[in-house]
Amino acid sequence: MKTMRDVVIDKIFEKMHQNDRIFFLSADMGAPSLDRLRAQFTHRFLNVGIAEQNLVNIATGLALEGFCVYAYAIAPFLAMRAYEQTRTNLSLLSQIRRFNVNLIGVGGGVSYDVSGPTHHCLEDLTLMRTLPHLVVFSPSDWVLAERFVDYSLELNQPKYIRLDGKPLPSIYEENGNIHLEKGFCELKKGKDICIVSTGYMTHKALRIAKALAENHERMGVVDVFLLKPLDETSLKSTLQKYKVVITAEEAFVGKGGLDSLVSCIMEDANCTVKVKRLGFGDEYTFSTGGRDYLYAQHHLSDADFISLIDESKRLL
Amino acid sequence: MKSLEYLEQRAGWVRRETLRLHQRAPGTRVASSLSSVEIFVVLYYGRILRYRSEDVHWEDRDRLVVSKGHGATSLYPILADLGFFPMDELTRISQPESFLGIIPDARVPGIETINGSLGHGLGVACGMAVALKRKGSKRTVFVVTGDGELNSGSVWEGVMFAAYHRLDNLIMIVDNNRMSMLGFQKDILGLEPLADKFRAFGWMASETDGHRIGDLYEAIHSLTKPKVMMPRVLIADTIKGKGVCDLENDPLCHVKSLPYDQIEKILGS
Repeated sequence: MKTMRDVVIDKIFEKMHQNDRIFFLSADMGAPSLDRLRAQFTHRFLNVGIAEQNLVNIATGLALEGFCVYAYAIAPFLAMRAYEQTRTNLSLLSQIRRFNVNLIGVGGGVSYDVSGPTHHCLEDLTLMRTLPHLVVFSPSDWVLAERFVDYSLELNQPKYIRLDGKPLPSIYEENGNIHLEKGFCELKKGKDICIVSTGYMTHKALRIAKALAENHERMGVVDVFLLKPLDETSLKSTLQKYKVVITAEEAFVGKGGLDSLVSCIMEDANCTVKVKRLGFGDEYTFSTGGRDYLYAQHHLSDADFISLIDESKRLL
Repeated sequence: MKSLEYLEQRAGWVRRETLRLHQRAPGTRVASSLSSVEIFVVLYYGRILRYRSEDVHWEDRDRLVVSKGHGATSLYPILADLGFFPMDELTRISQPESFLGIIPDARVPGIETINGSLGHGLGVACGMAVALKRKGSKRTVFVVTGDGELNSGSVWEGVMFAAYHRLDNLIMIVDNNRMSMLGFQKDILGLEPLADKFRAFGWMASETDGHRIGDLYEAIHSLTKPKVMMPRVLIADTIKGKGVCDLENDPLCHVKSLPYDQIEKILGS
């Protein structure tokens, strides 16, 4: 079990030794791994304070001067308070000038479960996906997240990196071959039904696939980690092998996130694959409880997943 | 520096060209652009800014962030005159395929950022100023803002940041025409006492008349010679619509367009 943020920060720390053009900004957000980075790189680390708008503005100025900037904050505040700064100074400006800013939002989805709705982040995938030129990365485990650091240094454009706030087990092999530019990975090949998920939901999808496998049912699992850009042709041909595709994301459902991405791809493919959607309904959750509780509140328990799968079987 | 007479002559020319641009593109915010004329004239013709018009991203240039994007068409004639782009471009403002829009953006040679959305410039300029220090550069970052955009909280995030990090390579010039779209600042939020606000936040602040070229030159020039490790702000008191009676002091002049014939008359007089 590792937290994505610590793995990512450790990797950036390592890279900062080799590359003196890397700058790390935080909006007063910490992590155990950040302590040595800020102690050692006093000239390339700045805490801008609880000021996400300024975080994005400062990052832009540094990046225009040639620095590769990592701007680190709590996901909902980075994604939403600073949204217009991200739109104007990152998305819009990068259509004209090339520069490298990496927004790292920690606490995607409901990973800050007990902190309540201000800290839940169910809108960011939709919001960030609408912004031209912005890369949207939503890893399901720390192996992917760590691997993305090298990729982020090479890809000279603005990015939004959505990290889960909780320690999670790995899914990908640490030294395995991962094609980041493809944007997704078919983790389990199945028959007829497939869950297409991103982030934490991929852990759930794998758990359910494993449970079904005990009944000799083969369900596919596709993990989408780059919502933008990704190899749509390849995703389309992967999903066309199934009859029902169920999207699953820690985000509001039906509002432009992963479900919209998959639906549009399949609609363009003009195929007969049916798309079902799982995600959070159109309301916030004030009652605090753990992640499982929040999932149950939004009809996203494992039992809810299985009943949707059973329902899907009747469509076959 | 060139003579005051030369700067005054240039300011007169820029003011006329700004009106010409407004004739061609009535959507330009002419009143707001007329209040910033002398500020841009002093920065460029007064040889305050270091630049290379043939190499706009020259590493050893001073940076100018035009946060007050709405009121910056007065910069176009200056950039054309100094060779950033051909003078002919001025005749094509706001036409398809022209890079000269109503609001300058980074497609225009000499413009660094996107400026149509207010309240962003200072923060971006702060990031540039930190970067220049880390790179060991001696260059300065200038940012020109309006006073209306000081209503935005994001500006004050930048103000705090610049002071705390002692960005003495950052100079902010406020085109203080005391008006925004719906009238006078004093009737909206009341920014005064503005210089004291900056001082309280840890800035070195000074004030001057923003149209008297000699005073403005002296004020900006003295800011470029830092004596203290502080960011510096010059509040340049200006008149929105300066030089055009029908615009000056009309509380709604921000969105006012002047008819073609009226501009002909002004230019002919």
